[in-house]
Amino acid sequence: MKPFAAPPAATGRKFETLSGIPVEPWYGPEHVSGLPPLPAPGEFPYTRGIHRTMYQGRLWTMRQFSGFATPEETNQRYLYLLSQGQTGLSVAFDLPTLMGVDADHPSAEGEVGQCGVSVSSLEDMEILFRGIPLKDVTVSMTINSPAPILYAMYLAVAEKQGADWNELSGTLQNDILKEYIAQKEYLYPPRPSMRLAVDVIEFSARQTPRYNPISISGYHIREAGSTAVQELAFTLRDGIEYVDWTLERGLPVDAFAPRLSFFFNAHNHFFEEIAKYRAARRMWAHIMRDRFGASDERSWKLRFHAQTAGCSLSWQQPYNNVIRTAIQALAGVLGGTQSLHTNSLDEAYALPSEHAVTIALRTQQVIAYESGVTAAADPLGGSYYLEWLTGEVERKAREYISRIDAMGGMITAIEQNFPQREIAEASYRYQKEVEQGERVIVGVNRFSSDEEEQIELLEIDQSAAHRQQEKLAALRRRRSQTRMQEALDRLKKAAEGSQNTLPCILDAVKAYATAGEIAGAFRDVFGSWQENSVL
Amino acid sequence: MTSPIRVLVAKPGLDGHDRGAKVIARALRDAGMEVIYTGLRQTPEMIVSAALEEDVQVIGLSILSGAHNAIVPRVIELLREKGMSDVLVVVGGIIPDEDAAQLKQKHGVAAVFQPGASLEEIAEFIRSAARQPV
Repeated sequence: MKPFAAPPAATGRKFETLSGIPVEPWYGPEHVSGLPPLPAPGEFPYTRGIHRTMYQGRLWTMRQFSGFATPEETNQRYLYLLSQGQTGLSVAFDLPTLMGVDADHPSAEGEVGQCGVSVSSLEDMEILFRGIPLKDVTVSMTINSPAPILYAMYLAVAEKQGADWNELSGTLQNDILKEYIAQKEYLYPPRPSMRLAVDVIEFSARQTPRYNPISISGYHIREAGSTAVQELAFTLRDGIEYVDWTLERGLPVDAFAPRLSFFFNAHNHFFEEIAKYRAARRMWAHIMRDRFGASDERSWKLRFHAQTAGCSLSWQQPYNNVIRTAIQALAGVLGGTQSLHTNSLDEAYALPSEHAVTIALRTQQVIAYESGVTAAADPLGGSYYLEWLTGEVERKAREYISRIDAMGGMITAIEQNFPQREIAEASYRYQKEVEQGERVIVGVNRFSSDEEEQIELLEIDQSAAHRQQEKLAALRRRRSQTRMQEALDRLKKAAEGSQNTLPCILDAVKAYATAGEIAGAFRDVFGSWQENSVL
Repeated sequence: MTSPIRVLVAKPGLDGHDRGAKVIARALRDAGMEVIYTGLRQTPEMIVSAALEEDVQVIGLSILSGAHNAIVPRVIELLREKGMSDVLVVVGGIIPDEDAAQLKQKHGVAAVFQPGASLEEIAEFIRSAARQPV
């Protein structure tokens, strides 16, 4: 008889965070003795949240990212979501729109309306927001390289609805840096792209003062396979880059910094995620006050949107995704998010069905109204473990930021493939750990079953592309060709010079130049960009 | 000693989500294959011409955007036109079951790997199904 069987290997129960920070069995006062003091919520550096009363004052905005097929169909989905208690809209565009390609362009074949809604012209945007008063409903738009174009379309629709631009509030993603780093939806080389991003920030500071002209995003960096620490570090370093460039434009820091917003992932390691949000607030407050000399308190406060991790959803046993999403969403809320998207259980397969998206929204509502976690701000603050982990995450993120500073900034780092390579390394390491069973994914590499759970999926009507193309052809016939061409010519001139391009984009949009035509005009001036892919 | 299998990992369409393509490329390389990664936004024409130039036995297409029904048959058709039908075509990504069946039966795709497929399983399949390099 064997004396003792070896203790069961702790397979899949790895006691380290997703960023690889080892975790002790317990934490006590000695782990937090070296950490900075912890002022109350609403006080600098806002580790515990940007508001003293937090969710007692106001709940987060429940904002489900949504869009598919044609503007007509997506408009119906928006009206439905608003009728179900959703409090803001978030537009998902299809790949052709994200890439500045019109629905009738050959490279759009097979992609129109698949991953989001197809918007090629102002006409599409008018249909998308039909019956939705933009002065009352805040709209977030996930668009980056063509962001100035879609922003101009949104402003033109608001104007037609009779809304005052001063009243508009919402968010434009407009974060081109993370495209080079992670999501890869770029059109032009980094430097002219940065100029366009700053054109939007500058124009918005003057014309739409309640609107967030950028959402500096770690979400996609994380989805591309980064760790939580990398997500935090690269996102804040991107933020520094935008501030540097906007200052160079001549805007005083407090004229635009209060409207910079952020977007983070809510992934699986519950405590590391909460630590990440808390560290993000603390770091940004110091960056804005100490590095940039901002004096307006609002410039110090990091506001963010959170979305649960799409890449954590499994194709196997899809109902498990409801539970994953609930836990991730709870981390976002305990981390003090300002708005939240919860993924639907079917999103490893397709865009969500109405049934699935309703469950996802209900998940937020259960957390908000039933769980009681909204009562006190930063309810986990003061936990030895969480405070220690917040400090660790911050320390490691600072190291990355210093390295990128030493390289000369994020654009240079991107040109040298630094963040891309770090992310690729992390994602490969993670995948190997899953493969070897060191990281358990329930229903995938453990507790799997042969029984297939059938779920009903949203099918995108293949005729959507056809309908978009017909509408676009009719528009091209109907509009004044001369007016459109003149507007595009003025736009090119503006792009060649150094003035803000937004007024010219607005003219072009109102002359019903398409997104593809406007993006094409910029491409003529700026050229296009191909990355040197690293493995 | 046999020479290693050569694989072209390609990312067609407008989508830039290349996490999967990169992970697969590295995994196949670690499994002893020679891997050429095309980078993003390759048209079917570019993919087939790269396959010809690189003299690969396998093409792996990574597609998550839903454009597979437009792209994959076109790649296979071009391979046929160039007399390269012996090149093994495998597809990975978000491909619904019905589409996967159709791509295999009607278009001759050798395998479709959906989310959750293991790296080892993919490497093993390619090793067993690819024509041996000469």
